[in-house]
Amino acid sequence: METLSALLYLVASICFIMALRGLSSPETSRQGNIYGMVGMTIAILTTLASPIVQSYWMIVLGIAIGGAIGYVVAKKIEMTALPQLVAAFHSLVGLAAVFVALAAFYSPEAYGIGLPGAIAKGSLVEMALGTAVGAITFTGSIVAFAKLQGLVTGKPLVFPMQHPLNAALGVLTVILIIWLVQSNSTAAMWLIILVALALGFLLILPIGGADMPVVISMLNSYSGWAACGIGFTLQNNLLIITGALVGSSGAILSYIMCKGMNRSIFNVILGGFGGEAAAAGGPAKGPQGSVKAGSAEDAAYIMKNAQSVIIVPGYGMAVAQAQHALREMADVLKHEGVDVKYAIHPVAGRMPGHMNVLLAEANVPYDEVFELEDINRDFGTADVAFVIGANDVTNPAAKTDPSSPIYGMPILDVEKAKTVFFIKRGMAAGYAGVENELFFRPNTMMLFGDAKKVTEEVVKAMEA
Amino acid sequence: MDQTQLSARIAELKANLAALGQQADQLAAQVAHAAQPAAEAAGGHGNFFVTGLTVLVLACFVGYYVVWRVTPALHSPLMAVTNAVSSVIIVGALVAAGPVGLDFSKVLGFLAVILASVNIFGGFLVTQRMLSMFKKKGK
Repeated sequence: METLSALLYLVASICFIMALRGLSSPETSRQGNIYGMVGMTIAILTTLASPIVQSYWMIVLGIAIGGAIGYVVAKKIEMTALPQLVAAFHSLVGLAAVFVALAAFYSPEAYGIGLPGAIAKGSLVEMALGTAVGAITFTGSIVAFAKLQGLVTGKPLVFPMQHPLNAALGVLTVILIIWLVQSNSTAAMWLIILVALALGFLLILPIGGADMPVVISMLNSYSGWAACGIGFTLQNNLLIITGALVGSSGAILSYIMCKGMNRSIFNVILGGFGGEAAAAGGPAKGPQGSVKAGSAEDAAYIMKNAQSVIIVPGYGMAVAQAQHALREMADVLKHEGVDVKYAIHPVAGRMPGHMNVLLAEANVPYDEVFELEDINRDFGTADVAFVIGANDVTNPAAKTDPSSPIYGMPILDVEKAKTVFFIKRGMAAGYAGVENELFFRPNTMMLFGDAKKVTEEVVKAMEA
Repeated sequence: MDQTQLSARIAELKANLAALGQQADQLAAQVAHAAQPAAEAAGGHGNFFVTGLTVLVLACFVGYYVVWRVTPALHSPLMAVTNAVSSVIIVGALVAAGPVGLDFSKVLGFLAVILASVNIFGGFLVTQRMLSMFKKKGK
């Protein structure tokens, strides 16, 4: 029996690997997702069939309640709110890991790791690590959720002694784990949870809203490692494999996001980016010159007579929900024989790949959407770059000004296009707090207003 | 990607995998040898720790190679699906909620089953919703 379930768990692990493998192309991705569901079903049924599970009503009730909530949320959620949703989901995994570890602590005999009060030392270490990572994931994800949802300010919250305090809490956790292993004490277990909860909260607070892509990826990684820790406690290879897959996936995504901003992961984690830079840099440093503001009619005329237009969407597009209007504009342009492409910066939006999903939602074919390295050369031959709700990712200061906080960040070379349109609410600096000299160039035209409204006006002007 | 490229890639991947497997075997042998005294001291548990660690390290390698092949356009679905998949922690919750009777552990297990289920259903469903939106030109 035990051998059979171990083999079935192996099958489930393979299914999960196939699920990730499927995501290498949109064509195979749907099949991949089905592999994932099959794997999960196998895992659950195998566990239910094991002799330790005797009473089913509570389990069925739990799955029914949770499943119904998950179903409704996933059906209703707006695609613009995806980052919040993922953050919320991460918090649930974290909390579930804490509960499972606690359950194992109170009923170790059910998991075959000892007796209450006399749990194997190795198991205690694994349990404590799983719990701590789970608790950090839980509160950290809640803070990330609140920031993304706009419940608290997206600005980094910094206070004195922040980093020493976090370091002290980290050390305290290690000491508590040692105490737990030595004494098997219930108090130690609960203290670990409390300290880790506080730590998760404090770790994410100082990180600003636009760094959230890194934070979500990181929490994604944490939730995987938490599952891994629990896997060791339960001596279950499936949990270890899955945890490692999720953990490495989150870690790689964090790395990609950091590279997209030319910042180290430590720089992001330590936080405070954006808030201080704006204060220190000041408005006086901005380039001189006048700004040319255009009307929707001007933009419509220029784009209709262009041969190629590259659209650069950013977080502003997501906030304004302008993706549908944007696709309409592209349709009109294509009808006029204009070549339309989309250029996506790795850190556009609030989570990795967010822009791609929003464009796909508006029925933009994915083969018209290009990543930075694939499209950057095309700006030189493009007639128009239509930048909607993006700023820092187009700022040439990243290449030319070593003193700029965004120096070294890969940018989309929109300045090479013949005409550049910026759709912005006003002249405010981007998240990094740096002025964009592009606004003052003679071939740049600003279209001020809400991204959705402006785009709709352009469409109207084109059709007139 | 066309057929020949794909098959070439598969062959390459197979070769990589075989090499990796060999290395892993060697590594496992070494680790097992080194950990023998520790395992004896810790009783039965130490044996699993070594197996678990081997599995963990190998799974990290698999994860590394698989995730780098994910196209950047699908990074959001990747996050959603890894989220759903990490809820496999429900396995632990089921064991806690399984026994007859009612105690603290069982309540914790019940709560964890609910939380993980939200994630499983929500995660896979939202991934499916996202993926169904990705369409090619002219379809």
